Amino acid sequence: MNVEQILSQFQATGLETCFHDRHINAQIYAGLNGRNWSLKDYEARGGYSALRKILGRDGGEGLTQDQVIATVKESGLRGRGGAGFPTGLKWSFMPRQFPGQKYLVCNSDEGEPGTCKDRDIMMYNPHIVIEGMAIAAYAMGISVGYNYIHGEIFQVYERFQAALEEARAAGYLGDGIMGSSFNFQLHASHGFGAYICGEETALLESLEGKKGQPRFKPPFPASFGLYGKPTTINNTETFAAVPWIIRNGGQAYLECGKPNNGGTKIFSVSGDVERPGNYEIPMGTPFAKLLELCGGVRAGRQLKAVIPGGSSSPVIPGQLMMDLTMDYDSIAKEGGSMLGSGAVIVMDDTRCMVKSLQRLSYFYAHESCGQCTPCREGTGWLSRVVDRIENGQGREADLALLDNVAGNIMGRTICALGDAAAMPVRGMLKHYRHEFEHHIAHKTCMVGAYA
Amino acid sequence: MKLSLSDATLARFAQEVAKFPADQKQSAVMACLAILQQEQGWVSPEGEQAVADVLGMPVMAVHEVTTFYNMYNQKPVGRFKLNVCTNLPCQLRGGQQALEHLEKKLGVSVGGTTADGVFTLQPSECQGACADAPVMLVNDRHMCSFMSHDKLDQLIDSLRTAQA
Repeated sequence: MNVEQILSQFQATGLETCFHDRHINAQIYAGLNGRNWSLKDYEARGGYSALRKILGRDGGEGLTQDQVIATVKESGLRGRGGAGFPTGLKWSFMPRQFPGQKYLVCNSDEGEPGTCKDRDIMMYNPHIVIEGMAIAAYAMGISVGYNYIHGEIFQVYERFQAALEEARAAGYLGDGIMGSSFNFQLHASHGFGAYICGEETALLESLEGKKGQPRFKPPFPASFGLYGKPTTINNTETFAAVPWIIRNGGQAYLECGKPNNGGTKIFSVSGDVERPGNYEIPMGTPFAKLLELCGGVRAGRQLKAVIPGGSSSPVIPGQLMMDLTMDYDSIAKEGGSMLGSGAVIVMDDTRCMVKSLQRLSYFYAHESCGQCTPCREGTGWLSRVVDRIENGQGREADLALLDNVAGNIMGRTICALGDAAAMPVRGMLKHYRHEFEHHIAHKTCMVGAYA
Repeated sequence: MKLSLSDATLARFAQEVAKFPADQKQSAVMACLAILQQEQGWVSPEGEQAVADVLGMPVMAVHEVTTFYNMYNQKPVGRFKLNVCTNLPCQLRGGQQALEHLEKKLGVSVGGTTADGVFTLQPSECQGACADAPVMLVNDRHMCSFMSHDKLDQLIDSLRTAQA
């Protein structure tokens, strides 16, 4: 066997993470098997009919730009990348009459620890992203777009490029799409290892061929984006939700979820469950149900804690988590955390929270771009202090120090990475302070062996 | 010494440049550096200069990119660069143990290259495949999923044989 053949034996197949029958009312992952990613298969699933519909190429009148945006507003779709900002509202910020070039960007820089949903969308259903982007481009009068894909998932980048070629050849991208006057050129671009580029303005800098350091906002990308031009950026899953909304209507989408939290959402479940993977379920599904879909906590162990929305979101104790539903409002208002990107990191009763935080704090220190002093210095400080507590060298004043450093990062940086580093620290201290105190007082862990 | 790029390499660069507006060639720098690394194994100062010349940008601006992003090799690595994710979701499913297993198996410590120059072992931050943990990236472009100790052994042994 040659090297390529050897390596391909170890490539993910999607069987465990995506092609299981444990989704509920799936829209984005519906009907996928790993072999049916191509254009013909997508069309057979009804693909590109939403684009056909808005362009009036299905025998109907078509939809105006305002109608498309109104439909997306009605759907209650909120950004799936982490912030949960209403998508229709974001689209309405684009100055459609701007005379120069405008850009559409898809944020596929999926690097929030715990998240791997966009990877499976682009690998196994890439055309749904292309169609969603084409609809968005139409609604906002945009003729050029880029999909910026996480550098570590190169096979996904190649798959997406192959899908782009198919879409161009079939006339779904390019000039005069389906005989209309709508033009849209879409290209794929890739990162090369920088968590910060998931931040939208850092992503734009990277797309411009620079180091990915976030920009001060305002101005927001809608007025000063890629190459200084008006730009709309949405997450991969957000675009992937759009074709279904256009086909079935905003109201139908909203009814899939719960008020103010429309539609389905893909949750990437990792950590101590029997079956880690991606699960597409309606917004508002109880966490207990999601855990059941994952086969529950690993055999013989109890649920201890859940990080509900990617590593940046504050931890929630298992007992409280079991009473929450998986939607923006429940996780925020009742859980005091964030739904974020939908990355659910499950930890069982053998896990030491000091050790868990140690790894996360190291990550943020490693990935701070260095632009803002509170983050550059503060993330390193947090990491070093948690490190020494874990290693049995903690001092009595360290918990107050951690809280103080976290407080001095939050709200004092250009982008959200600083807050993202501080919030897990505060969440851990809020719910698991006793474990940190034990480490400091006894120089050892109270949880026992870290499996 | 000046690095001269082959026509094939220049053609690959051109494909990347063509994605961007004519006055924004710099946007292709990440892809061009990744191509160079794939072909040469690392990004040398001469390589940075060659990319700068093709894209019409200052070599320092290219160097800023090389040094900012984790995946560019700023010095030569082994024939196979192995990056094992040790971030929390992977750690919960044996990511750290996978890294330590490879240390023993290869007889190198993290960051090192085997004496025969075949393997370089590095940790990495989140690769975006958390449900497949433990995961490992080989030469930037090939992700390997569910890497139990058995599968790690199998992969290393197969690569050694293929390399010999």
